Amino acid sequence: MPVISYREALRAAMREELKRDEKVVIMGEEVAQFNGAYKVTEGLLKEFGPKRVVDTPISEAGFIGLGIGASMLGIRPVMELMFWSFSYVAFDQIVNNAGNIRYMSGGLINCPIVIRGPANGGTNVGATHSHTPEAILASHPGIKVVCPATPYDAKGLLKAAIRDNDPVYVMENTILYNDKGEVPDEDYIVPLGVADVKRVGTDLTIVAHGRAVITSLKAAEILEQEHGVSVEVVDLRSIRPLDEETILASVRKTHRALLVEENKPFCGVDAQVAYLIQSKAFDELDAPIHRVSSIDAPQIYCKRLEDQQLPDVNRVVREALKVLA
Amino acid sequence: MAEIIDMPKLSDTMSVGTLVKWNVKEGQAVAFGDILGEVETDKATMELSCTVPGTILKIYAPAGSQLPVGAPICAIGKKGEAAPAPGQAAPAPKAAAPAIPESTGIPCLPPAPAASAAPATQSDGSRAKVSPYAKRMAEKAAINAGALAGSGPGGRVVARDVTAAASAPATTAPTGPLNVAVAPPADGKGIQPDADVPVGGMRQTIARRLLESKITVPHFYLEVEVDAAPLMAMRESLNKRLAEAGGAEAVKLSVNDFILKASAEALRRVPAVNASWAGTSIRQHSAVHLSFGVALEDGLVTPVIRDAHAKTLKDIAVEAKSLIGKARSKKLSPAEMSGSTFTVTNLGMFGVTGFFGIINVPNAAILSVGATIKKPVVDAHDRLVVGHRMVIGLSGDHRVVDGANGAQFLQALKQLLEEPALMLI
Repeated sequence: MPVISYREALRAAMREELKRDEKVVIMGEEVAQFNGAYKVTEGLLKEFGPKRVVDTPISEAGFIGLGIGASMLGIRPVMELMFWSFSYVAFDQIVNNAGNIRYMSGGLINCPIVIRGPANGGTNVGATHSHTPEAILASHPGIKVVCPATPYDAKGLLKAAIRDNDPVYVMENTILYNDKGEVPDEDYIVPLGVADVKRVGTDLTIVAHGRAVITSLKAAEILEQEHGVSVEVVDLRSIRPLDEETILASVRKTHRALLVEENKPFCGVDAQVAYLIQSKAFDELDAPIHRVSSIDAPQIYCKRLEDQQLPDVNRVVREALKVLA
Repeated sequence: MAEIIDMPKLSDTMSVGTLVKWNVKEGQAVAFGDILGEVETDKATMELSCTVPGTILKIYAPAGSQLPVGAPICAIGKKGEAAPAPGQAAPAPKAAAPAIPESTGIPCLPPAPAASAAPATQSDGSRAKVSPYAKRMAEKAAINAGALAGSGPGGRVVARDVTAAASAPATTAPTGPLNVAVAPPADGKGIQPDADVPVGGMRQTIARRLLESKITVPHFYLEVEVDAAPLMAMRESLNKRLAEAGGAEAVKLSVNDFILKASAEALRRVPAVNASWAGTSIRQHSAVHLSFGVALEDGLVTPVIRDAHAKTLKDIAVEAKSLIGKARSKKLSPAEMSGSTFTVTNLGMFGVTGFFGIINVPNAAILSVGATIKKPVVDAHDRLVVGHRMVIGLSGDHRVVDGANGAQFLQALKQLLEEPALMLI
């Protein structure tokens, strides 16, 4: 099986969908002539031409609105945001016009839009460029949110998102763009709303999404080698819809849960997951649910401090040992 | 001038009380009649009423402490007054009442502190920390999770503690005074985990009183077998009537209700059994106050129906039901548990065919009722037929009741049960 990067996996998904369905159009800042701010769309303009791969002005509210309008008329736009941090200037479009339209039109109008782009901290780009809005977006009924952690999931989830007939927002991670993994050549999707047990274990369940999955897998290795603990890692993959049963089945097995997320803690994704676990698996818990989130402050600009702000392997290992106490 | 409030004597047999909880705190103003807190006696938990208006100057007995009757528990006085030192020794409890100690019955289990039934409590009464999963495991293994030493953070009992306790051969409860070293059975597992279960108020009292009865009362035992068919028939027809009438009349009569009524009537006919040994005399009671056994989760109580001789079968049934309900929700008052002159216990619902109870001092006898079973019997015409028979046992205090009296009583009872219409006259 080919081993490709996360970036290449995203590109492969877009290429395959552009080929498969002539209504699919890629739009965003620098996606065409510049080959993508992060080179995710490299080569696509050359292959599919300017009617399928479209550069937009620096005006998120404008071009997201453009995409939403086009989608209502039958186009299937895949909009790129250079940073999900820029989504806030298009928030009304993203949440109201895209998210509510099926409901408010009584099902007459739907908006099969995909918005994708990096939603991550850890790149030293400061407080206004490092947002992870998966929790905020997922709190709106009508919107779907996915967070691929691996190249395999990136290709499969993006394809599933493009084929979905409602807004699906894809949270990528620039640090993960270079990660390599096995990705099948052929067409496949990762269904929305299905989590994945990335590591099977018996003593502790770690639930994570996005890059926190990779961190947690590293922590699990250390916990096994140095502490003799068998850790299970559940990758949410989809934030909304949330795969409740995979989470609960894991907690029923291990009886202890540690939640790891790169988003900020207040009303973060893991606040929802913690409620779910104590609500539906209370009697399975042998310890309170613990959580590692980014430290609750605007994203720090000083690199050495920002590295501490994100959940790192050591912090995850320490918290895991506390849950196991 | 500040007043010291002492641990009150809330019942004749009370010698110590536990201050379960305070409703007031130091510095709080209290009025006459305010409920200061709750005191647990050997029988029930009672509210402690304020009899001295003022301000709580000092609480001498922290919640959970057990003190003898008469020991100082708090001081009430004028706001700002210095609290007196509780130096004096507790006054001796009141001299024992003349001759006859009031029949007190088996006491109720005091309700668990903080009115929470579910959480495990440690030996000092504080709430044990047990993880939900460990609690479930402990319940399945019939282990008292709260009695285990928890290895989790903050002393929390977690799953591994329960697993260790369940598989340990010797007892692991850290609070038991005895650590009985028992050799592990050959196959490593017994019928249940070894445990030292701490003995609570009710069980202590049952143990004390029944031992006292067995040792001091010369028991003798008589048995009679009753044809229960007429009783069954009457019961069925009366219950049908009552159900049809509906409303206030809708009481379901139980077999036990009939036996209570019949006992009262039998005592009317053989009053010598409705008496108590008083050392130099025998006290004949004018009224029949019937107590009957109610099984609880971990013990037994005997609520009392006063003046049963003057009550109809229906009255007795209604009152019995209400007392049973109160017994099960631990709401019987001391008055409802004392003063009986005769006791009836019934193990028929458990299939016991016959037995002899231990006399509930100072009653002179106790009636023990077995299950009604079908068996071959010889009828009036010397034919072998199917009979419905109930075996009733009488344990008598031979100081008060002789064999002949006891036999007469059982004869009267048998007659009344086999011809229930006789209860009308």
